[in-house]
Amino acid sequence: MDLKEKLVSSFLAFEDGLDLDHPVHEERSNAIKNFETKGFPTKKDEAWKYTSLRGLQKVDFSIFPKQETTLEYKDVKKYFLHEIDTYKIVFVDGVYSSYLSETTHDGVDICLMSSAFSKPMFKQVIEVYFNKVASKDESLTSLNTAFSKEGAYIYIPKNKMPKKPIQILHLATGNEAALMLQPRNLIVAEDNAEVQIIERHQSLTGNEVFTNSVTEIFAGKDAIVDYYKVQNDEPTASLVDNTYISQKNSSVVRVHTFSLGGKLIRNNLNFYQNGERIDSTLKGVTILGDKQHVDHHTLVHHAQPNCESHQDYKGIFGDSSTGVFNGKIIVDKIAQKTDAFQQNNNILLSDRSTINSKPQLEIFADDVKCSHGCTIGQLDEEALFYLRSRGIPKKEAKALMMYAFANNVLESVRIPELKARINKIIAEKLGVRMGFDL
Amino acid sequence: MAYTEEELKKELETKEYEYGFYTDIESDTLPKGLNEDIVIAISKKKEEPDWMTEWRLEAFRAWKEMEEPEWANVTYNKPDFQDISYYSAPNKKPKYNSLDEVDPELLETFKKLGISVDEQKKLAGVAVDIVMDSVSVATTFKKTLAEKGIIFCSISEAIQEHPELVKKYLGTVVPQKDNFYAALNSAVFSDGSFCYIPKGVRCPMELSTYFRINQAGTGQFERTLVVADEGSYVSYLEGCTAPSRDENQLHAAVVELIALDDAEIKYSTVQNWYPGNDEGKGGVFNFVTKRGLCEKNAKISWTQVETGSAVTWKYPSCILKGDHSIGEFYSIAVTNNFQQADTGTKMIHLGKNTKSTIISKGISAGQSQNSYRGLVQVNSRAENARNFSQCDSLLMGNRCGAHTFPYIEVKNKTAQIEHEATTSKIGEDQIFYCNQRGIDTEKAIALIVNGFSKEVLNKLPMEFAVEAQKLLEISLEGSVG
Repeated sequence: MDLKEKLVSSFLAFEDGLDLDHPVHEERSNAIKNFETKGFPTKKDEAWKYTSLRGLQKVDFSIFPKQETTLEYKDVKKYFLHEIDTYKIVFVDGVYSSYLSETTHDGVDICLMSSAFSKPMFKQVIEVYFNKVASKDESLTSLNTAFSKEGAYIYIPKNKMPKKPIQILHLATGNEAALMLQPRNLIVAEDNAEVQIIERHQSLTGNEVFTNSVTEIFAGKDAIVDYYKVQNDEPTASLVDNTYISQKNSSVVRVHTFSLGGKLIRNNLNFYQNGERIDSTLKGVTILGDKQHVDHHTLVHHAQPNCESHQDYKGIFGDSSTGVFNGKIIVDKIAQKTDAFQQNNNILLSDRSTINSKPQLEIFADDVKCSHGCTIGQLDEEALFYLRSRGIPKKEAKALMMYAFANNVLESVRIPELKARINKIIAEKLGVRMGFDL
Repeated sequence: MAYTEEELKKELETKEYEYGFYTDIESDTLPKGLNEDIVIAISKKKEEPDWMTEWRLEAFRAWKEMEEPEWANVTYNKPDFQDISYYSAPNKKPKYNSLDEVDPELLETFKKLGISVDEQKKLAGVAVDIVMDSVSVATTFKKTLAEKGIIFCSISEAIQEHPELVKKYLGTVVPQKDNFYAALNSAVFSDGSFCYIPKGVRCPMELSTYFRINQAGTGQFERTLVVADEGSYVSYLEGCTAPSRDENQLHAAVVELIALDDAEIKYSTVQNWYPGNDEGKGGVFNFVTKRGLCEKNAKISWTQVETGSAVTWKYPSCILKGDHSIGEFYSIAVTNNFQQADTGTKMIHLGKNTKSTIISKGISAGQSQNSYRGLVQVNSRAENARNFSQCDSLLMGNRCGAHTFPYIEVKNKTAQIEHEATTSKIGEDQIFYCNQRGIDTEKAIALIVNGFSKEVLNKLPMEFAVEAQKLLEISLEGSVG
């Protein structure tokens, strides 16, 4: 049975355990219908021109994990940002692990989608926000909506800020031969609220994992949301990450994506600016080797005047890896005085690596400042020579330059410990010790 | 800009579309519709050899299986391909030996076009092949060119006289089945130009083709084939106009350029098909396939000024097959009123040390949509490929749109690719500066647009550059509030 049929038929079994009268259930039913009609995207779809899901569809994924597994903190400690105190929402094979987590309802709600769906106190928030910005048309998002049950639920009321950053960690134990996960996250920061979130997907064995994740983020007036995605998974783990962000007046949302490992990663990052004086930042570092494939699809929709967006994606591609960047900026007629900037720089290290880049602008307003730049090249030989002439070995010199190349993106990371951690991973990837703390 | 404002205004009031006259020349038109019989009939009328008829039929059969492409960022009512007459030739066409024998009415037409044949002859030494309603009616300077061994004639003549060359090169760069419109063109093209520059010859003058759709309800399907043999050089110009009509006319041309080792081809186009009236009614659908192939050390340079057509769909491309070959693309696309343009280029780097440059300037006004769509592809064996792309858009008013869709696909680590795009409007401070120095707003805008387009205009041959500059002004007239 192919994966699509399997998913569609599993939906009936999935419904069994649910409250069918819940308003969310109608969304689920509509979504599965949409997925059934559309199926998995193929290379014939313009948006999936460079990324194929065919290989994944041949794998016999379990849709629901058969058994619950408990993990010891010491075994998975290294995947946490353990240097600082944080709230933690941890899932093991898609199931919430209360043992590893630290949630709160003290002024802010940092808990689970499953409780948000079932408890009456969250009903209003779910009604107002759930599936409101996520696409009802895109087939993989629909698939996730259909199976939406568990994930992180974060609600920050007006003028509040959680005491510490929040970590969302999805662990896959590999107890199943092949597992498909569909976490659904909802993050709401009301007016003037602020929150910092770190999200990570991690497989613990060499068994195949396919995660199809959807995150909805709502930023109210003057709210500030910092979202960091750490993607440094095993070479058997694939991830399709759909993130939809809706922003109101004067809000600031920054999303940093660090794609440093995994088999196939597809990031669909969509910003919708529904107010004025909004600031959106999208930054990413991609460092790949082997046969890894990373595809960044970004969309920034400027629908109101006086907004800004900043995009900066850096990629370093070695071995037979493939990188894709597709950035789209839409500026509506009324969105005058928009300042949109998009940059994509890439370095190819090997003759077998490929980069496909497509920075797009669609502009309907005349008084705007929009630009994009895209470069593909190598490390500057002269700079390399300069470093070597000062006694820095070739390998380190190269690493240093690549580090500098990626640094623009790291600069704006606002959690120092996370920055240090990412630096460490980058140094590991580049195969050197930097010799200085970054 | 030798006009005073008054003169310009007056002129513009009186002529909406300067070239929108219709010459009543009896023409020999085939019935509307398309089937194998029509294809054979066209081939018969042209007295073509069997291999050519077969070649056309092959294309026609492929075309029947194909679907019209829909990916371009344009919307229009699809033409009904059975409601078009695929052949329309000015009647009474004996073989002329000198201009005196040409139908005086036809000559009158050329005079109106401002490219009167004899005037041209006297003037700058431009050899012109005029294609009216897709049949070549005059080729000047043929004898002068023949002395150098250069062949410049209509493609139907070339099929008769130089079948070995046509057979060898036709369809090698744009195969019959390349795309929907190329297949259609391959099946029904009725004429076009053929040019062959022998080894080591530098063509002493600019070669020029002039296209005009005259008859109502006809499509224009011309085919151009330019072959520059080893070490030769040619500069080729192409101009287009069509009379104003309410219905949409179809223009689906194919241009193939072949630059053999060390050769250079410079191909310039000023496209000024009827763009439709200011309510978006009528106008020409311009669906063109243009492609060039570069062998070792060869260079192909495309320059285009696109101001006309209701819908443009055009991507002059370069296949950089030989090592050290160079491809260039310079474009200005101006859209006003309800015009839609989806244009750009493809640079396919196959050889080592290949270079390409793309400079694209889009200007949109009124309610028009202007898109740049380009592809830069570096093959895994194309060591040290270099590309520089720049796409700038200028928006006038907030009812128009500017879009860029650049595709960059790189499979070689030694490639160096740069792409830049900006979108802006004419700054109030810029206009203020001009006003302050006594230049009125209208002129200031013309000045700024000219400056914006300078990089591309500079690439045009002199006579063309002047015309192009004038066209820019006319196209944008009244677009500034």
